[in-house]
Amino acid sequence: METIWFAIVAFMLAMYVVLDGFDLGAGIVHLFVAKKDDERRIVLNSIGPVWDGNEVWLLAAGGTLYLAFPKLYASSFSGFYLPLIIMLWLFMFRGLGIEFRHHSKNPLWRSFWDVMFSFSSILLSIFFGAALGNVVRGVPLDATGYFFAPLWTTFTITTHPGILDWYTIILGLVSFFVLTLHGATFLAMKTTKEVHAKSQNIVSIVWWFAVTFSAIALFATSIINPMVWNNFSNNIYGYTFPIIALASIFGIKIFNSFKKDNFAFLSSSTFIISMLATTAFGLYPTVLPSSIDPKYSLTIFNTSTSAYGYSVALTWWVFGLVLTLSYFVFLFRTMKGKVVLPNEEEGY
Amino acid sequence: MDDALLLHRIQFAFTVTFHYIFPQLTMGLALLIVAMKTIALWKSKPIYNNAAKFIAKIFALNFTLGVVTGIPLEFEFGTNWARFSTFAGGVIGQTLAMEGMFAFFLESTFLGLFIFGEKKLSPRMHYFSAVMVFIGSWLSGYFIVATNAWMQHPVGYKIIGSEVVLTSFSELLFNPWAFWQYLHTMLGATITGSFAIVSIGAYYLLMNKNLETAKIYLRVGILFGLISTILVAFPTGDYQVKQVLNKQPVTFAAMEGLFETKKGAELILIGQPDMEKLKIDNPIYVPKLLSFLSYLRWEAEIKGLNAFDKSLWPTNIPLLYYSYHIMIGLGTIFILIMFVSAIYLYRKKIYETKWLLWILMMSFPFPFISNIAGWWTAEFGRQPWLIYGLMKTADGTSLNVSAGNALFTLIGFGGMYFLLGVMFLFLFLKLLEKGPEKIIIERKK
Repeated sequence: METIWFAIVAFMLAMYVVLDGFDLGAGIVHLFVAKKDDERRIVLNSIGPVWDGNEVWLLAAGGTLYLAFPKLYASSFSGFYLPLIIMLWLFMFRGLGIEFRHHSKNPLWRSFWDVMFSFSSILLSIFFGAALGNVVRGVPLDATGYFFAPLWTTFTITTHPGILDWYTIILGLVSFFVLTLHGATFLAMKTTKEVHAKSQNIVSIVWWFAVTFSAIALFATSIINPMVWNNFSNNIYGYTFPIIALASIFGIKIFNSFKKDNFAFLSSSTFIISMLATTAFGLYPTVLPSSIDPKYSLTIFNTSTSAYGYSVALTWWVFGLVLTLSYFVFLFRTMKGKVVLPNEEEGY
Repeated sequence: MDDALLLHRIQFAFTVTFHYIFPQLTMGLALLIVAMKTIALWKSKPIYNNAAKFIAKIFALNFTLGVVTGIPLEFEFGTNWARFSTFAGGVIGQTLAMEGMFAFFLESTFLGLFIFGEKKLSPRMHYFSAVMVFIGSWLSGYFIVATNAWMQHPVGYKIIGSEVVLTSFSELLFNPWAFWQYLHTMLGATITGSFAIVSIGAYYLLMNKNLETAKIYLRVGILFGLISTILVAFPTGDYQVKQVLNKQPVTFAAMEGLFETKKGAELILIGQPDMEKLKIDNPIYVPKLLSFLSYLRWEAEIKGLNAFDKSLWPTNIPLLYYSYHIMIGLGTIFILIMFVSAIYLYRKKIYETKWLLWILMMSFPFPFISNIAGWWTAEFGRQPWLIYGLMKTADGTSLNVSAGNALFTLIGFGGMYFLLGVMFLFLFLKLLEKGPEKIIIERKK
């Protein structure tokens, strides 16, 4: 049962990264692909109907994590106190950037929110990668099951590392480039003319960075936490995930060169999902390793809730998922196609 | 009380109070938008659609603020209240996760459709989206109230080791406490929404502009306002208080300012609790009414605070007492305002009655105050417990987060929310000045 819920939480987080990833990515490239006001409105309108629903995946994944592994939620959220609250503030600025911009025609007002939107998207993308880096690297969990991580210490990896060290920064950069790529493929799919051409261009350049840093991260992970490969040697079917990841990252490049924007975006989504699946597969069943002593590591078994709680929640969760997927299919189908700018007076 | 505990409490109280400004309006307006769109569709009156569309603009702005201020709360369960989450996550994780799966997804996807899809959807589908947003926001309210109800009146659990374990999902979801608390809360939100649109209508009438739409706002707002202000007091408020009387008698005594156990206890309307002498100063009261309201007998005995050990008393009795009395006092005034307005509306005189329009226009902040005062009553009333009878608030904090770190984020939230508040008002006033426009929506085939 713990394993099922581990898979559920991992699935919801992956959904979050794929869906909110493209609107984070759109935020990262916002200032570069769109220079004129109309172009910026196109970028914002392309994510406008969906970003809120996408972000709900994070909330829902958080809620599900809370339900399934309450001790993990308590320990990690309190231990990562400062970075989490700072991320909250960035989320706020980002939401406001999207929603407040159109309320005034004042060019300074609009520029301000454009920059806030892009700035917070960039920082958030790096923070997400760094967060994943912390989970792979481990934190100073002791016998109490709690820890408190400072934002940074010496940027090296010790038994008491900071949230940011050289390893987590590398993962932050991987996340930044991969989400940039993801957002740019999305915009290429949803837009026309200038924005479309610039997005395709960004895909072809940033692709090299994404590949380089992913390779560095892979190498670094093998040094930091070689344990992650154990699950793969024990069960070679696990290699499916990294193989799919490898195929799909080349898919992005190829489809983008042939101007098949939809497929480039799908490849990017597949790449993200398979990368995360690789990580989850490698970590299982540990969910937060201890850098002090492996016996203090949090696993899905020592942070779980009751068997009754799991089984009753599984029933409603499946039902909820079916409903949710149907809303998203309906929403994305209604909004499919290239973005057409509405008359500004008619909007909300 | 040590520093860290106090700071964790202040931060949660501040962020949740500021947050609740927005959802109560969201839930209230969602209902009223559906009501106006129903009339538009049913009676083929496009002007009602226009009226709904302007309210939907305010709704959308308000919704954004509700989302961005709501995310921190879910985080804070983990960041600031880790021991509480470890202890109770197995139970309240259910309702919180359900809120995400069943309410948030519904609300956010259909809001996207409602706002961006007006041209792409048929009028019926657009109406359907509005209904879904309404259902989503009211479901979200239910899961939160059910979570709170469990903290007020824990059911369906057993304690194993150092944590609570869920034993009955249906008891958790259909906690008897949640029933009245939910209806009471939703009616409170409807009052906020009704007063908001009535106030906008009154403003336009006094300014002599957008008259057609303004009249719709008065008609719809007063109808819903009258019904909800009455129902919020009776039966829902009445039953809610009786639940407190039966299950949290010490809270009841503190709310009512009853220090001594008494037969034929008086109902105190106004007065200041004096915690040194343990009495109410300058009381204005109705003799024996409290006994009658509680037990329908004038001479019924009601337990005062002196019947309970001091360690069980709510930690801040004056604040609890004031919150409760502010809620009740404002609630009574709301009934009066809506009753008089309804009479004037019925006689078709309200649109010219300037003094009444002024009162209606100025009244919009007060439902916010009474809703928040109501929640403060519930939360201060539960103290010193975090989960009534199971866990003290002092035992729920994150021990690994120091007072200095908590203060850092509290100051950050303070600055952030100040800015949010200023910008919300600025944008709201801008929308209000622009007003509803007559737009005929062209739909693509």
